Amino acid sequence: MRKNGVKMIKIKAKDVDVFYGKKQALFNISLDIEENQVTALIGPSGCGKSTFLRCLNRMNDVIDICSVKGEILINDFNINDKSCDVVRLREKIGMVFQKPNPFPKTLYENVSYGPTIHGMAQSKQEMDEIVETSLKKAALWEEVKDRLHEPGTGLSGGQQQRLCIARAISVRPEVILMDEPCSALDPIATAQIEELIDELKKEHTIIIVTHSMAQAARVSQNTGFFHLGQLIEHGSTDKIFKNPDNKKTQDYITGRFG
Amino acid sequence: MNKNKEQLLNKRYKAEQRFRLYGLSAIFMALLFLTIFIFKIFSTGYSAFQKTWLIVPVTFDAELMMLDQNPSKEDLQDADYYDIALKSMADLDPNANEDQENELKRMVSYFFEKEIKNELLNDPNLIGKTKEVYLTASDDLDQVFKGNYPRDLPEDQRRVSDYQLKIFDQLVANGKVESKFNISFFTNADSREAELAGIASSFMDSIFSILVCLMIAFPVAVLAAIYLEEFAPKNRFTDFIEVNINNLAAVPSIVFGLLGLGVLLAIFQLPRSTPLVGGITLSLMTLPTIIIAARASLKAVPPSIREAALAMGASRMQTTMHHTVPLSMPGTLSGTIIGLAQALGETAPLILIGMVAFVNTIPGSPMDPAASLPVQIYIWAESAERGFVEKVSACIMVLLGFLIIMNLFAQIIRHKFEKKWS
Repeated sequence: MRKNGVKMIKIKAKDVDVFYGKKQALFNISLDIEENQVTALIGPSGCGKSTFLRCLNRMNDVIDICSVKGEILINDFNINDKSCDVVRLREKIGMVFQKPNPFPKTLYENVSYGPTIHGMAQSKQEMDEIVETSLKKAALWEEVKDRLHEPGTGLSGGQQQRLCIARAISVRPEVILMDEPCSALDPIATAQIEELIDELKKEHTIIIVTHSMAQAARVSQNTGFFHLGQLIEHGSTDKIFKNPDNKKTQDYITGRFG
Repeated sequence: MNKNKEQLLNKRYKAEQRFRLYGLSAIFMALLFLTIFIFKIFSTGYSAFQKTWLIVPVTFDAELMMLDQNPSKEDLQDADYYDIALKSMADLDPNANEDQENELKRMVSYFFEKEIKNELLNDPNLIGKTKEVYLTASDDLDQVFKGNYPRDLPEDQRRVSDYQLKIFDQLVANGKVESKFNISFFTNADSREAELAGIASSFMDSIFSILVCLMIAFPVAVLAAIYLEEFAPKNRFTDFIEVNINNLAAVPSIVFGLLGLGVLLAIFQLPRSTPLVGGITLSLMTLPTIIIAARASLKAVPPSIREAALAMGASRMQTTMHHTVPLSMPGTLSGTIIGLAQALGETAPLILIGMVAFVNTIPGSPMDPAASLPVQIYIWAESAERGFVEKVSACIMVLLGFLIIMNLFAQIIRHKFEKKWS
């Protein structure tokens, strides 16, 4: 989103280093992420794009041996600061995983879980509303409105992933992180999700890690190219795909490696 | 070249066939042992569920009972039944001398006086009349009737005399001996007399012990497992704890008995021979089993579920309590039941804490002394009387039934409540 022609920066990563034990996985990553845009992170397997994504909602905390250095500013607040509470952070920054991972509960419980633990609804009606709007935004409402109290695991893969998206947006996060959300889905489901991403960016800032360059080209406005733990190049998707500055980026884009 | 390949192929087929044969014979062996075991137990034990009764005419002679005219209920309670009881047995053979009368008396259980008394209490109008009363046969005659008694032995080597056998055979010929379902086996406590001994006491004791064991072991073990699996940092100290829990599971049960003896009885002065002490001792044994089962089922919850909850902004505690623990419960519960089933069959530690005592009352609470089912088996197996042999097998059958039901329950919990995730 541009206001008066100035890009609004939502997330600002400064000199981020990540270590798994002694092994360094990310080197000196500095990246600005624009508000209400889709930013794609691409690169060959093991290049650190998912690791970087997980830094943004501190999911790396779960891994004992993982340590993160550097600053990540979200709304000018450093989330790596000790004063940052991860629960409140993750309320603001939703995440969708590679493999659909709905809770083995009903559809309704899946979507209402976040609002429940964050105390977002005062009454049953309010909760019903949240569930309905979330499912509608995730383009799943029409398919499931009659079976909200059936288990979420009974849906097809694509539906499950949209359920996970509905779950993520139910707490109205400012940012949604997507870690290869379509890699386990067929082309039709993928197209549905991509369409959805385009719709969601009106209200949310989206960062998507993807293996598919075609997908990055289709859905994103900005792209960052990672290689061996380094951010090689980033910029508008148009530029990265048509006229990259770096030779490595060009080689990767044109399919010469990776 | 081609021939070589064919040979290889043949070899491969043969190897597989051989392997299948080994596997089948292993299963056959296992089934054979099981069948022999079950057959042996059933063939010796089934007769314990039948009890032999002598039908003896009893004359309720008011004078012999020292009763006045129109006796009250209390009078009937306090009346002297010994003489009429003795007389009715002696009357079986009008020509009996004193020694033989004594032998006649020993053909029924020492309980016969009470059985006659109960008959009259049920129907006070019997005074002055004669009625045929069912009297529990002595354990030896019970065995004779069931065909388990070596009648061919010389008389001085058996407890049943030729005279008793003669009278008994007459009774059988007259249809005055009957076999009925042995209710008292389930309602009586232990007794020195095989014909009166039952499992009610030990059954109740086992239930109390298991309940005490469950109430202590389950919460402690589940909390320990959750903490270790979900919250504890992975370092040398937690590794050390894990190794020790696994070692604890391999500690021989008798060691726990010594611990119970030394700590619970000696230091805390808890009442000896009670299900309370037994249950606490068994819970020490069950603890590692449940911890290991609970940790395994916590580990089996896919990490993606935890990640999903954490990414929604659930705290670690919420993630654990809302998602991980409920999903792991079926596995934990079936592990718990298996642990309890193990504890149910445990004998050694209970013997050490004095539960091997002879108890002829039925415990009403975990604080009353008793002996559990396996200990009861042990006590009876040690008894010399022939009548206890079938009781041992019958008690094993009850214990096995108990165990099978518990394991079945564990299976049902596992299948019914286990959630499937994609």
